[in-house]
Amino acid sequence: MIAEAGLAALWLAAALAALQLVLGLSALRKAGVAPGAGDGAGKASRQPFSTPFLPSAVEARAGPAIGGPSTTLGRNGRGGGHAGPSTALGMGGDEGSQAGPLTALGIDGGGGAGAGPSAAFGADGDGQTSGAAALGAAIRPLAIVQGLLALFAFACLIALFVRSDMSVKLVVENSHSMKPMLYKWAGAWGNHEGSMLMWVTILAVAGALVGVVERRLREPTLIATLAAQAAIALGFYAFLLFASNPFARLNPAPADGMGLNPLLQDPGLAFHPPTLYLGYVGLSVAFSFAVGALVTRDVGGDFARAMRPWVLAAWIMLTIGITAGSYWAYYELGWGGWWFWDPVENASLMPWLAATALLHSVTVLATRQGLRTWTVMLAVVAFSMSMIGTFLVRSGILTSVHAFAVDPRRGSFILALLILYIGGALALFALRAPTIREGTPFDPVSREGALVGNNLLLSAILGVVLVGTLYPLGVEAVNGEKLSVGPPYFNAAAGPLALILVALMAAGPLLRWRRDELGALARRIALPALLSVATLGAVLLVSPIGVLPLLGLALATGVGAASLAPLWKRNLRRTPLFTWGMVIAHLGIAVSLFGMASESAFTKEKLVAARPGDTVAVGPYSVRFVGVDPIAGPNWTALEATMVARRDNGAPVTLKPQARFFPNPPTETNESAIATRLDGQLYVVLGKGDDDGRWQLRLWWKPFVTLIWGGGGLIALGGALSLLGRLRRERTAHDRRAYL
Amino acid sequence: MKAKHQRLVLVLLVVAAMIGAALLAMSALRDQAAYFYSPADIARLGGVPPGQAMRLGGMVADKSIVHEADGVTIRFTVTDGGATVLVRYKGIVPDLFKENSGVVADGRFGTDGVFVADTILAKHDERYMPPQLAGAEHKTETLAR
Repeated sequence: MIAEAGLAALWLAAALAALQLVLGLSALRKAGVAPGAGDGAGKASRQPFSTPFLPSAVEARAGPAIGGPSTTLGRNGRGGGHAGPSTALGMGGDEGSQAGPLTALGIDGGGGAGAGPSAAFGADGDGQTSGAAALGAAIRPLAIVQGLLALFAFACLIALFVRSDMSVKLVVENSHSMKPMLYKWAGAWGNHEGSMLMWVTILAVAGALVGVVERRLREPTLIATLAAQAAIALGFYAFLLFASNPFARLNPAPADGMGLNPLLQDPGLAFHPPTLYLGYVGLSVAFSFAVGALVTRDVGGDFARAMRPWVLAAWIMLTIGITAGSYWAYYELGWGGWWFWDPVENASLMPWLAATALLHSVTVLATRQGLRTWTVMLAVVAFSMSMIGTFLVRSGILTSVHAFAVDPRRGSFILALLILYIGGALALFALRAPTIREGTPFDPVSREGALVGNNLLLSAILGVVLVGTLYPLGVEAVNGEKLSVGPPYFNAAAGPLALILVALMAAGPLLRWRRDELGALARRIALPALLSVATLGAVLLVSPIGVLPLLGLALATGVGAASLAPLWKRNLRRTPLFTWGMVIAHLGIAVSLFGMASESAFTKEKLVAARPGDTVAVGPYSVRFVGVDPIAGPNWTALEATMVARRDNGAPVTLKPQARFFPNPPTETNESAIATRLDGQLYVVLGKGDDDGRWQLRLWWKPFVTLIWGGGGLIALGGALSLLGRLRRERTAHDRRAYL
Repeated sequence: MKAKHQRLVLVLLVVAAMIGAALLAMSALRDQAAYFYSPADIARLGGVPPGQAMRLGGMVADKSIVHEADGVTIRFTVTDGGATVLVRYKGIVPDLFKENSGVVADGRFGTDGVFVADTILAKHDERYMPPQLAGAEHKTETLAR
C-alpha cells in the first residue's frame, strides 16, 4: 500500500507542477508580462523562435519593464489572497472559464492588504489584471502542496526501506533485512531511483519554501520564478515516472534483498548525498529567480537580495558535501589521498565553483547595483552545472559512452532535460540580456574590480575542470578511443589559476567599493605579503619542495593574515555578522590551502611486509606491529591488525586497521586506522598476508592534513554566519519599513 | 569610464579569460591525457614511449604472479589472448586482484620495457566497482569474452 500511495503522491505532485506552470504562464500573459502576451499596441515584433519555457517570445517593452510604471507600484509581495490548497486543486481545467471565481478570490484576499492585486500588476489596467493576480495568488499554495506531496512520496520510500518491504524492486536491489537501521535509511537514496526522487523532492520543497517566505519580489516576478521552478520539477517528475519509478513492485517477492555496497555503509556517506543534493537543488532556486527576473525584466537589487540567501544556503551545503565527501574518500578508500579528480568529484566541484562566483557577483548586484547581466548568467550556469553533475553521475555515461546505450532511455531522458532547460534559459538570456539596464560603473582598482577578477578566475577554473571532465567522453564518442584525464592535467591546469585566485582573495576585501588607490592597497597588504615571503624563505631553508606546494604554503600564511585584516582596528562586537562570515570563510580557504600544500609536500610513506613484533618507522613515529586477529561486526567479519605507535617518549597509541568481508553481497573492504594529532595524522592500512607469515602494511604520516577539512568547515561556518547576518539585517530592515 | 564602455571591457575580459582557460586546458590535455591501451594496442603501435602516462587493461595471465623478496612488490603478465605485457607493482593489491581476471593498471613503461604500475584496479563484483575501474570496464569485458 505504501508504495502505491507514494506513486500516487508522485503523480499528483507532477500534475500540480504542470498546473503551476500553466497557471503561472497564463497569469503572466494576462498581466502582459510574459512573452507571447500580444495585447496592446506597438509591442509586436515577434521572434521567429520560441524558448522551451514559453510558447513564443516577444521582444517588447510591454508590461512592467524595469523603470517602467510598475516600479512605483512594486514591492507588493503580499498581493492576492492565499487560495486554500483545495481551491487550487479544484481549478484544474480551462483557465479561461475560471476567470470569474478566481477574480473574486483574488480581490477577497488582497483587499485587506491595502495594495490590491491589480496594483501588484500595474501596467495593463484592464479587466484581465485582477484575474491574473488571482491566478498568481493560487500559485503559492500550489507550490506548497506540490512540495508536501513530493515529501510524502519520499517518506513513503523511506518507510519501505525501513520496513524492508521485499515486494518492492528497489528495496530488494539495495537493501537487506539484516542491515543496520541507519543504512536502511541511507539505502533509500543510495541508488539511482531513490536519489532522483530525493532530488525532485528537494526541488519541490525548495519551490514551496520560496512560496512561503519570499515577500520581496514583485508578484509577477515571483509567479514567473515559481513557474520556472515548476517547469524544472515537471521534467524530473516525468523522468521518475516514465524512466525510473522507485516504487516498482517485484512479483514474486524474494525472501531477502541484495544488500548495499559495503563501501557505502559508512555514517559519513549516509549523509553525503542529501547534503550535496540540497546544494545542487538549492541552485535551482537561483536559476528560477534568474529566469523569473528575465521574463519580467526585473533584474535589479531586489532580485539579487531575494536570490542571495538561497545561493548562500546552497553554497554552504555544497561546501559541507564536498568536504565530507573528500574525507570519506580519504579514510574509506584506504589510498591515503583526499581528492582524486574523479568525474564524480568534479561533478560536485563544478557547481561549487559556479556558486562561489555567483555568491560574489550577487553581492555586487545587491549592494552596488553592478554586474547585472553577469549575475543572471552565472545563476543559469550554476544550476546547469548541477544538472550536468546529475547527468554525469546518474546517466551511467561515466562508466562508458557505451553504457549510455545500455539504458538509452534514462541517459537520453536526462540529456534531453538538460538541453531543454539549459538551452531554454540561455535562449531567454540571449533574448533579454540587451534589455538589462547597465549597472553602476566602477574603477578597475576597487572592490568590484577584485570581485570581477574573482569571477573570471573561478569561471576559468570551472572551464578547465569541465573540459577535463568531458574530454574523455567526447573523444570516446568521436573515435571510440578510451583515455583518462587525471590529477596531472587538473593540477597543472587548475592549480596555477587557483593560486592566483587565492592571492587576489587576499587583496579583494582590503579594497574600497567604487574606487581605490593601488598605493593604499599596497600599504594595507604589506604585512601579509612580508609574511608570505618569510614563509617562502623559511621553507626553502628547511627543505626543497615542489613549486606548487611551496607557493601554496607561502600564500596560505599571507592570505590567512590578510583575511583577518578587515577586522583590524574595528570594534569586534559591532562588526556585522556577514563581515565575520567573509573573514572566516576566507581564513578557511587559507587554512585548507595550508593543509593541502603541507600534505603534498611533507607526507612520509612506508610500505612494508612485516612479521608480528616488527617495528616500522614513519615520520616522527615508530610503529610496532603486534599481530592480526579475526573479529566479527553486525553484518561483516574482519581481520584486524593491532599496531602500537609511539612518538619520541610520548604515550603509545593503538591503531587497529581492518580488512573486512561482507557476505551480502560478497565484498571485501579495507578499513584504515587513523590517529589524529594536532600536527597531522598517522594513517595505517592492513594489506595481504603471505605464506611466510608476513603482512603487508602501508603507513603514512601526513603533517597538518586535517587542516584541509578543518578549512572546509571554516568556509561553511563563514557562509552560515553570513547567511544569518543577512537574514537578521533584512528582518530589521523589514521591521523598520513597517514602522514608517 | 562610461557604463557602456565598462560593459564592453568586462565582456572582452570574460572572452579573453575563457579563451585563455581553453588554451591552457587544451595544451595540458595534450600532455597529460592517459590513453587506455590493451597489450594488443601496444603491439600494434609498436610500443609506447617510456615515461608516458597511460592505462593498461587486460587479464592477469595464468600462473604469472610472482612475489619479490621484499614482500610488497609483485610482477605479473597482462594479456589479451595474443600480446602480453610484463607489469611490476609495489603496493597493496586490491581484494579481487587474481590470476585469470580483469585488471587495469595506471602507470608508465620503464626503459627496460616493463610496465611500472602506480595503481592497480581489479574487476569487482558485477554491481559494485570503484569509479576509476568503471571507465575501463567495457574494454576488459570485451577482452574477457
